[in-house]
Amino acid sequence: MDLSTLLQVLDSGVRLGVPLLLACLAGLYSERSGVFDIGLEGKMLMAAFFAGAVASITGSAWLGLIAGIGGSLSLAIIHGIASITFRGNQLISGVAINFLASGLTVLIGQRWFHLGGRTPPIKGDARFESITLPGADALAGVPVFGPIYHDLISGHTILVYIAFACVPLTWWLLFRTRFGLRLRAVGENPESVDTAGISVVRLRYTAVAMAGLLCGIAGAYLATSAPSAGFGKEMTAGKGFIALAALIFANWRPWRALGATMLFGLLEAVAIRFQNIDVGLFVVPVQFMQALPYILTVVILAGFIGKATPPRAGGEAYVKER
Amino acid sequence: MHKLPPWADVVLIPLMSVIAAFAISALVIVYIGENPWEALKIMVDGALGSAYGWGYTLYYATNFMFTGLAVSIAFRASLFNIGGEGQAMLGGLGVAVVALAVPWPHWSLALPAAMLGAVVFGAAWAAIPAWLQARRGSHIVITTMMFNFIGAAVLNYVLVNILRPKGSMDPATARFPKGAHLPTLHDLPLIGSYFDKNTPANITLFIALAACVAVWYLMFRSRLGYAIRAFGKSESAAVYAGISPFRITMYVMLISGGLSGMMAINNVMGEAERLVLNAVEGAGFIGIAVALMGRNHPFGVFLAALLFGFLYQGGAELGLWTSIPIELRTVVQALVILFTGALDNMMRMAVAWAFGLARRRAA
Repeated sequence: MDLSTLLQVLDSGVRLGVPLLLACLAGLYSERSGVFDIGLEGKMLMAAFFAGAVASITGSAWLGLIAGIGGSLSLAIIHGIASITFRGNQLISGVAINFLASGLTVLIGQRWFHLGGRTPPIKGDARFESITLPGADALAGVPVFGPIYHDLISGHTILVYIAFACVPLTWWLLFRTRFGLRLRAVGENPESVDTAGISVVRLRYTAVAMAGLLCGIAGAYLATSAPSAGFGKEMTAGKGFIALAALIFANWRPWRALGATMLFGLLEAVAIRFQNIDVGLFVVPVQFMQALPYILTVVILAGFIGKATPPRAGGEAYVKER
Repeated sequence: MHKLPPWADVVLIPLMSVIAAFAISALVIVYIGENPWEALKIMVDGALGSAYGWGYTLYYATNFMFTGLAVSIAFRASLFNIGGEGQAMLGGLGVAVVALAVPWPHWSLALPAAMLGAVVFGAAWAAIPAWLQARRGSHIVITTMMFNFIGAAVLNYVLVNILRPKGSMDPATARFPKGAHLPTLHDLPLIGSYFDKNTPANITLFIALAACVAVWYLMFRSRLGYAIRAFGKSESAAVYAGISPFRITMYVMLISGGLSGMMAINNVMGEAERLVLNAVEGAGFIGIAVALMGRNHPFGVFLAALLFGFLYQGGAELGLWTSIPIELRTVVQALVILFTGALDNMMRMAVAWAFGLARRRAA
């Protein structure tokens, strides 16, 4: 394999990994606050639809992004009402949200565009085009570094750079601010937070809304970030679940989330590019590569390699003592 | 909050949840620009108005009875088995392996063998997450969810590389031998004339009904059922009473996976008569809605499965005759799960408030 093939695979790994990263960070906020979120998939799908739809109507990718975030947030609020206010089962609420998004996107899409659930194709200002970083073309001729800078680091859309910026930002917010300390505390031991006079409900709603925001960006990325050109039915195709797997793999930590999502993105890129891989003794089937993120997650969860420790109060509604 | 009378808990709250789900669906239909009342008429007519219609309704209901029972028995033990989809997929593989292994002379011999195949494969696919939960403490919801995806990959691999007949491009097995074809309801004496011969409803329906009764007996009349319910109510109390969490988790998930797997008798052996890639078509997930709506009771599951069978066949007719896309079914399903599952407390509070008001009036 030569350098350019390697770079192509890495580059497509990044492209495939970015929506996973955003969704994974979304889940991280929610679950760190003690609210399980298996509705990442649905929120992303809803956001992808509204981003694609509004971008095609208005011709503005940014308005599309805002609409996508709005769509995702509306589902996040339902999740909040069900699991925080009414103390319902957070997992069941997540399942409902996934199906709600899967049905509503097609219903509304058909009503608006009559294209069987797709949105009209978009180009130009209606989508986020790739950015060439300063000096990328000039340095392209430099051996090794040039192609890496030109092909891998430069040439992505603004949403990709936003996603990567979210990693240190999340780390800083969670581990270096008072808000982050409280957020983590509410996911470990809500009683202590409540005793300190801080509202558990408000903190959890904030975290669920953050998850909505990030899933919104992830969905907008899928529909409106070049080279994609609009929303397609069921376009998230299980990415929300891979992001959830990545979150467990990352042990609910932001930097590890970056590593896990990029790894899973790379696995997908390899599976797409090489199909069945002949390693000499036997052939690794493409289906194995596709299932690998899930298998790895099961292994990690079982604690055979490393150990995943979820937030202690995760999944439990908080009942104030009377 | 006052304690509610049992009938309110068992009948009123689920009924209100379903009404709420349907009311919102009606609003969606209005938004699409169709008349919800007309839509309902088309659904009733299409799902119940003809021999063809109820043949499909009962076919779908049979699937949902199996997956609904599977989810409900796990719920009774406080385990959320979200992996019905994968377990039903693997159950299909079990059925296909059995049906294709022997040139079956008659369906009455093929059926028990295929049932065994379905149960073993389905239960095996649930056994791994169950063991991981009971021994290693991995969260069963996450592992069963992951096993849905792993199951899809396994099935894809087996169909493409092993079971696909030579020269075929389709990722599907060969057709099952004639002796492994199940009689449809149309083929049966006495009741046959009520059913259309082009509908897939088959004798698996009776197996599903028997499964409802068997699960009821197991849950409410057997020692194991008592242990399961005790474990589900309070793990620490169950342990104190000498019930082993490991054994209950394993038993419950094996039964649950086996029931999901049994669905394959209906859709793979009874309908398609070969195994295709997307044979389950989401029925594993509908089991969640069915179990929640049926209050985890076999009789409730039976009724909810009929309702969802109606919804599925009726929704397909809507897609055919109106501008309402078939995905309306998914929205209704989501709303039923949301209201009966996640927003259950909201309904309960509303009902309790109404009861309190009435009581104060009376006083």
